[in-house]
Amino acid sequence: MSHKVIVPIGPYHPLQEEPEFFQLYVEGEKVVDIDIIIGYNHRGIEKLSESKHIDQVPFLVERICGICSSSHPYAYVLAVEDILGGEASVVPERALYIRTIIDELQRIHSHLLWLGLAGHFIGYNTVWMWAWKYREPVLDMFEMVTGNRNNYAMFKVGGVRRDIKDEDIPVLKKALDDLVPALGMFRGAVMDDPVIQARLKNVGVLTKEQAIDWCVIGPTARASGVNIDVRRDEPYGVTDKINWNVIVEKEGDIFSKTVVRILEMYESVSMIRQCLDKMPKGSIDADIQDIPPGEGIGRVEAPRGECFHYVKTDGTNRLIRHKVRAPSFMNVASNKVAAVGGTISDATITLAAVDPCYCCTERVAVINKIDNKKILNGWDLIRLSQEKTQKLKLQKR
Amino acid sequence: MSWKIKALTKSIWVFHLSVGSCNNCDIEILDCLTPRFDVERFGIQLIGSPRHADALLVTGVATRKNIPRMKKIYEQVPKPCVVIAVGQCAISQHMFRFGYNAPLPVDKILPVDLYIPGCPPKPEAMIDGIVKLVTKLRKAK
Repeated sequence: MSHKVIVPIGPYHPLQEEPEFFQLYVEGEKVVDIDIIIGYNHRGIEKLSESKHIDQVPFLVERICGICSSSHPYAYVLAVEDILGGEASVVPERALYIRTIIDELQRIHSHLLWLGLAGHFIGYNTVWMWAWKYREPVLDMFEMVTGNRNNYAMFKVGGVRRDIKDEDIPVLKKALDDLVPALGMFRGAVMDDPVIQARLKNVGVLTKEQAIDWCVIGPTARASGVNIDVRRDEPYGVTDKINWNVIVEKEGDIFSKTVVRILEMYESVSMIRQCLDKMPKGSIDADIQDIPPGEGIGRVEAPRGECFHYVKTDGTNRLIRHKVRAPSFMNVASNKVAAVGGTISDATITLAAVDPCYCCTERVAVINKIDNKKILNGWDLIRLSQEKTQKLKLQKR
Repeated sequence: MSWKIKALTKSIWVFHLSVGSCNNCDIEILDCLTPRFDVERFGIQLIGSPRHADALLVTGVATRKNIPRMKKIYEQVPKPCVVIAVGQCAISQHMFRFGYNAPLPVDKILPVDLYIPGCPPKPEAMIDGIVKLVTKLRKAK
């Protein structure tokens, strides 16, 4: 006899940093269905960015998410530079190198953070403490280069805000050299650990077909054998001028997601080293005065996947439209297939395996309190957007 | 000093309440627990239930969906308790002040005892804030 029970997780659950709400429908130990309710973190950033100067928006978009706080401004400045004719033609070469260094440092810090949290989720707090201990030197590097541990404020349209000093480069190299043996120890300890293998192998499997069907991106897709990476497919910064590999695994379980992230950290370390060696001298800022009217897109491989920004300008110093699509928006939905069929004790780590970031993803629906219906549904929004486009076209004439 | 307030100055158990933050403050709070800063030495611990908490750490702008839930959680915390607003968003709503989804700062919703500014505050700043709070509680009658 089957009897469905709902197990609520959240919204303020000790395992989650952010408020989000999962409803697990279980029969005995087995998860048969899952509902994800979000919207707690919605802050209206897209609307706010239309009220800010084009040079102020990077500070706003880096507060979309604190973990990938260089991916969002990077994607935004790429979108604005797309209007100006592309990143490579606008930005000085030294700034391109600095941008790639910051982006890759952030990948190391984010993957270490996820590994630690994953250890915490399976009740293996030693991994958590280790990973976060070795994350601190990365934050120190950030503090040295950008002056801040988390919100870097490095990106601006046409360049970067701060230079890497010559006397800092040996210190950075030394810090990277110290990081590699730590990563090696970590790789050995995590990948050969029987406890972690028992908890993570064949758990939360996402096959290649499912990964393509559910449009997952980033390490989640690469762990399922889908070979995509924006850094290689549509190079930005100097990712096409240095040597590195895209890490792809085939199994699609949580263990291969862990392996992908650990091996990607090695690639990032090697990329930063090459950048520090090859970095030319010169200016770091193109000093851009006017943004012409137009539309542009920016794509960046954030630690979680492809981060996409769309901007539309009309020749003034403000944006008309700014659209953000963060990677978690695609990845979170794949929990529907990955978590269903597993046991409830594996559900926490499966839900966390895509490295979800809900504050990136938040959407909002306005609901009438009296009859509990949505005030604006999808079709209404499409109609409103068409009307606004018509209005803008009329204004242009 | 009443014994209830005196109990607050010993090992503080903290419930972390994120009400629409960008994860940065939350990460820095977790950072306080990890080997470099390690506040568990002083008995400060993150716990899972508001019923066991001595202090509420509130991070982030209070969004519309979160405000009723925040109040509910505050009611569940045994009194007296301290409410600590961590980060610029919780203190003054930061750059979301003019947004449509952030109607009130946290201190208009909950009685805040300690403000720790910064975007995000460094773990050192948080430890310093807790020390100041404990000193103040010890002096209170």
